[in-house]
Amino acid sequence: MNLKRKNPNPDPSSPDSDESTQLSSPFPDEVLERVLSLLNSRKDRNSVSLVCKDWYDAERWSRTHVFIGNCYSVSPEILTRRFPNIRSVTLKGKPRFSDFDLVPPKWGACVHSWLLVFATKYHFLEELRLKRMTVSDESLKFLALSFPNFKALSLLSCDGFSTDGLASITTHCKNLTELDIQENDIDDKSGKWLSCFPENFMSLEVLNFANLNSDVNFEALERLVSRCKSLRVLKVNENITLEQLQRLLVLAPHLREVGTGSLLQELTPHQHSELKSAFSNCKNLNILSGFTEVTSIFLPVLYPACTNLTFLNLSYAVLQSDELSNLLIHCPLLQRLWVLDSVEDEGLEAVGSNCPLLEELRVFPAADPHEDEIVHGNCPDFTHFRLCIMNPRQPDYQTVSGFLTDLTFEYIGKYAKNLETLSVAFAGSSDWGMECVLKGCPKLRKLEIRDCPFGNAALLSSFRKYESMRSLWMSGCKVTMNGCRLLAQEMPRLNVEVIKECGNDDCQADKLYVYRSVAGPRKDAPPFVLTL
Amino acid sequence: MERSVNYGGNDLNLEATELRLGLPGSDEHEKQSYPSVRISNKRASPEVAEESSSLSNSNVSDARNGDQDSAPPAKAQVVGWPPIRSYRRNSFQQKKTEADGAGAGAGMYVKVSMDGAPYLRKVDLKVYKSYPMLLKALENLFKLTIGEYSEREGYNGSEFAPTYEDKDGDWMLVGDVPWDMFISTCKRLRIMKGLEAKGLGCL
Repeated sequence: MNLKRKNPNPDPSSPDSDESTQLSSPFPDEVLERVLSLLNSRKDRNSVSLVCKDWYDAERWSRTHVFIGNCYSVSPEILTRRFPNIRSVTLKGKPRFSDFDLVPPKWGACVHSWLLVFATKYHFLEELRLKRMTVSDESLKFLALSFPNFKALSLLSCDGFSTDGLASITTHCKNLTELDIQENDIDDKSGKWLSCFPENFMSLEVLNFANLNSDVNFEALERLVSRCKSLRVLKVNENITLEQLQRLLVLAPHLREVGTGSLLQELTPHQHSELKSAFSNCKNLNILSGFTEVTSIFLPVLYPACTNLTFLNLSYAVLQSDELSNLLIHCPLLQRLWVLDSVEDEGLEAVGSNCPLLEELRVFPAADPHEDEIVHGNCPDFTHFRLCIMNPRQPDYQTVSGFLTDLTFEYIGKYAKNLETLSVAFAGSSDWGMECVLKGCPKLRKLEIRDCPFGNAALLSSFRKYESMRSLWMSGCKVTMNGCRLLAQEMPRLNVEVIKECGNDDCQADKLYVYRSVAGPRKDAPPFVLTL
Repeated sequence: MERSVNYGGNDLNLEATELRLGLPGSDEHEKQSYPSVRISNKRASPEVAEESSSLSNSNVSDARNGDQDSAPPAKAQVVGWPPIRSYRRNSFQQKKTEADGAGAGAGMYVKVSMDGAPYLRKVDLKVYKSYPMLLKALENLFKLTIGEYSEREGYNGSEFAPTYEDKDGDWMLVGDVPWDMFISTCKRLRIMKGLEAKGLGCL
């Protein structure tokens, strides 16, 4: 039920129309739209929309998915005006450093105002994926009741809601295919939301409740899994025992992604072999995750299931190097691996030896750095240069920190021509470092900096650069309010926001967040966010 | 709208117009702690921060040249490093408190130290069903041989002896009491080395 657009061809008698109608596309708009509807890449679509007005129009009518990297860069009104036929929205809210507690609570990024507009303009909305947004139970209920075709909800690092909100979704969304709740700051009251799926509900394909702590009714889950024949992703929480996991795997051997629950149950030899057999019957398994409190006894159960594994997420598993090595021998096709540094150098060497197809390796710190007994040797020469996601097919992302001088940034500016995201902490020696990056990285989109000695000179050295970027974050640096005001003055189309925390020097800009926007300054800014 | 004004600090002399508590003429670029000395309830104490950053600025090149004379602090902690997302930190801490609190069901992690090793390890006693399994695991963990247990002579055949601290705070030789009693009373493990270890065996 696409809305058809009116004939955009101008009146033939108007002055500039003669040539343009003769030169315009030799086939009807409907064909152009049909062709463009096959384009999925955002970048391609953005390029298409720049070709000419006809193509811009054809593109905007045929676009069904929109990605908004910063919810304050555009308003829902502007969005719905340009793209009338959207079925799927991805929205990201708070700056990434909010994951590290650097953004105060109640900062913003509420989804509700978006939902209100979508309810009228995108009545047939099917998918909503939110990252770092504030979502209330009221919003979730509104969502569940306003969109009859709603299919997929994904919430990552969001906050503001409880399991009651989830219950609204499971109760009312009759066509739900995806419910993915990951790493949210959620008020986990109970697991009853799972039992709210109606008994005749069968469409679920993705279910991820790995990060919820409350018990769900296992019988309800079992029945759900057995009737949802298209289920391909199942990630359970830690209250699901190994025996229960085995029963679920037997019901759904076609699963592609599995997240394990608790691995602590002591199994009889019979249960052990049943579990192993259940895993080995999952011939389509590509992705495994979970593994909290993993024991060595459990790991061999997985070996037969690892043949086709492409992504193994062990980032919550405290493994020793030999345990990892023994597991990786069975994972020849692995492309992505996330581990804790408990595996040490030997573990990483095993990665190199066993996984020739590996493209991405992420090593997470295992220990809480504030625990007294974890002493990192007497070595002041930490390697603080951490590279994340050096995936040859994807744009580069780097995290750099800890006691590095400007020279590093000079090199980054000189050689990192594909760099899109840079995250810097406790590094650099002067403004020059930041200037090098701003001047030297043409594809830079996001720059987030904390606790570095960069000041106004660096901030203002390439102020026009910020319009080509999604955002800049600087906290704990040497930037002052005057510097920020100057930037705001020079670049009226940027939102220059300073987060003020009480008790600090009024001249220092504690936390600066700069981003481009066509929606103007925020209308919902809390009192501690000053828009300059 | 093009402007040709240079916004470099020198031309506008932004520092001169700013209110601050430093002495006039003090250089903005001199080595200060940048895990900052600003009052903020989220930062660690400035002394710790200053220690680590001055280490970085003045000593980092020394360290790279292999000069170990400048004694580094054993623990250079900087708040915010390593960058662990608060979600992960909270979920690990939650597991820690659960493990510490509940004995049954959750793991029973105890610290293991070895004389001469720079860092401690942790093992989950619940995973091992018997002394031989535990000792084998310790041997693997620390790459050593512990030797055979005998009631009379303790551990023969190596210079290492596994000991544990019990609920009363006493250091006991591992292996004397039944396994179940051991895991319910063991608070931490220590692998003693050398003469001290032999001394225990002779009692």
